[in-house]
Amino acid sequence: MRFLKKTRRLNRSLGGDIALFLILLFFGFFSAYPLIMTASNAFKPLDELFLFPPRLFPRNLTFDNFRDLSDLISNSWVPFSRYFFNTILITVLGTGGHVLIASMAAFPLAKYKFPGRGLFFTLVVYSLMFAPQVTATPNYIIISKIGLIDNPSAIILPAIASSLGLYLMKQFMSQIPDELIESAKIDGASEYRIFFQIVMPLVKPAWLTLIILLFQRLWTTDGGNFIFSEELKPLSYALHQIAAGTIERAGTIAAVAFIMMIVPVTFFILSQSKVVETFSHSGMK
Amino acid sequence: MEKTFSAPPLLTKRQLLWKNIKKSKHHYILMAPYAILFLTFTIVPVIMSLGISFSYFNLLEPPRFVGLDNYIKLFLEDEVFIIALKNTLILAVITGPVSYLMAFLFAWLINELRPKLRSFLTLVFYAPSISGNAFLMWLLIFSGDVHGYANAFLMKFGFIDNPILWLKNPDYMMLVIIIVQLWLSLGVSFLAFIAGLQSVDKTLYEAGAIDGIRNRWQELWYITLPSMKPQLMFGAVMQITTSLAIAAVSMQLVGFPSVQYAGHTIVTHLIDYGTVRYDLGYASAIATVLFLIMMSTNLLVRKILRKVGN
Repeated sequence: MRFLKKTRRLNRSLGGDIALFLILLFFGFFSAYPLIMTASNAFKPLDELFLFPPRLFPRNLTFDNFRDLSDLISNSWVPFSRYFFNTILITVLGTGGHVLIASMAAFPLAKYKFPGRGLFFTLVVYSLMFAPQVTATPNYIIISKIGLIDNPSAIILPAIASSLGLYLMKQFMSQIPDELIESAKIDGASEYRIFFQIVMPLVKPAWLTLIILLFQRLWTTDGGNFIFSEELKPLSYALHQIAAGTIERAGTIAAVAFIMMIVPVTFFILSQSKVVETFSHSGMK
Repeated sequence: MEKTFSAPPLLTKRQLLWKNIKKSKHHYILMAPYAILFLTFTIVPVIMSLGISFSYFNLLEPPRFVGLDNYIKLFLEDEVFIIALKNTLILAVITGPVSYLMAFLFAWLINELRPKLRSFLTLVFYAPSISGNAFLMWLLIFSGDVHGYANAFLMKFGFIDNPILWLKNPDYMMLVIIIVQLWLSLGVSFLAFIAGLQSVDKTLYEAGAIDGIRNRWQELWYITLPSMKPQLMFGAVMQITTSLAIAAVSMQLVGFPSVQYAGHTIVTHLIDYGTVRYDLGYASAIATVLFLIMMSTNLLVRKILRKVGN
C-alpha cells in the first residue's frame, strides 16, 4: 500500500488498510461532491447547467457566468467597488484588530500570574460553551444604545471580542519557554517590547489560525440587522441580491457561490500546516 | 540603596492584593481592550438577557416587568416552541455525537496516510465548513422535482416511483437538515483532532507494541485516546455548542418558517421573536433557556469525559 506512511507499520493488517481506503474514498466523495459541483457549475454554459444527469466537469468550459455577473454589477445603483471596499474594510479591520487585541490579552494570561487572571480565563472558556445566538438580542440593544447601528463597527467590534481566538492564542503562548521572557527582562526590555518583539514573532502559526477563523466569518457577513444604508452594505449582501432571482440567473448564482467559497478555501490551503500546528495546543482540561 | 536592606513591612491581605495589582499594571493595560469588548459583547449580554426575559420589551417603550410570564407562555402556551425544543434536541442528540465521532474517525484514518495525502484529505473534509454558502448546492441535490439529484438517483435505481418533496414534506425535512449539518460539521474540532494525533509521542506506540498491544484498536484505546484527552475535551465543547445552535441550514433549506414548523429549532424561534416580531422580552426568555441547555449539556459531558480513562 504505497499511500500509507512509511514509518510506524506496527500493528496494521492488510484488511484494515483496505477498509480504511474504502471508507475514506466514500466519505471523501460525499464531502467533496457539493463543492466540486459548486465550482463546476460556475463554469458551465446555461444549457449544461440544467442537463441531467449533471456533469461533474463542464464539457464546454465558459466564463459567461462571471461576465454576466460583472455586467449586472456595473448596472447596479451603488458602484460595485463600494460593496467590495466595505467587505475589505470589515474583514481587514476585524481580523487585524482581533489578532492584535486577542494576542495582547493572551500574553499576560498565558505567562503571568496576577489577581483576576483565573476568573477571566474561566469566563472565556465558559463563553465557548454557548453559541453567539444566545446574546444576539441584548447585543442588538447594546449596539443601538452605543449608536453603532448602520456603522461597520457594529460588525467589527463584536468579532474582535471572539473568544475562540483568545483561547487558542493563550494556549499557544503557554508553550513559550519562561526563560526567554526572563532573559529579555534582565536585558531591560519592557513588557510591551517583550510582547511585540519576542512573543508575537514566535506565535505566527496562531495568528494565521485566528486570521482564518475570523476571515471566513467576516468575508461572508451580509450586515445582518445592523447595516441599512445601501452604500455601507458588504459584498455578500450585494451578491445575494443579484443572485436572488429567476431561473435565468442560475449561472450568475453559481458564479457568486464560487467566489464566496474559493477565497476562504484558498486561504486555508496556503496556511494549513500552521493552522494544524496551532490546534495541537487547543486542548482543554 | 539602603532601602533594599530594610525588612519589608508586614502587609494585610488587602494591601498585598493591592500591591499585586499595582505590580501587574502592565498586564491589565495589555488586557484592557479585549476585556472591555468581551464584557460588552459577551458577559453583559448574558446578564441582560436574563434580566430582559422577565419583562415585556419592544425597543420603542421602556421595558415593563412581567415576572415569569414569558417563561410560562413559553412552556405552557407556545406549541411552536415545544416543536422547536423537540426538533433541537433530536438534531443535537443525532448530529452532536455523530459529528464528534466522524471528526475523530476521519482524523484518525487520515493520520495513517503520507503527509501529502493527509493534507489533501484534511482539506476535503474541512472545506465544507469554511465554504460560505456552498451548502446551498444541497438545494439542487434535494430539489423536489424529478431533476433533483437525489430523486433522479433513487428513481433511476428503482427505490422510489415518484419524486420526494424533500424540502417541503415534514417527514423528510429533519433528515435533510441532519445530512447537511453533518456535511458541514467537520470544523475546528476536526482540526484539533488532526493536530492532537500528530503530536502523540511516537515512542509510546513502540513501547506499546513491546508491551503486547496487538492491533490498531488496542493501540487506539490504550495509547492514542488517553494521550489526546485535552483535544477531545475541546472538540466536545465545539460540537455540543454547534449542534444545539442549528439554524442557518434549516432556514435556508427548508424555509423560515418551515411547513408545519417541521424544521423549526430554538434558534429559529429566537430569530423569529427577536428580529421579526421585536418581542425582545420573549426572545430573551428563549435565549436564556437555550443558554441553560447549552451550559448544562457542556458541563455534564465535560464531567463524563474527565472520568473516561481514569
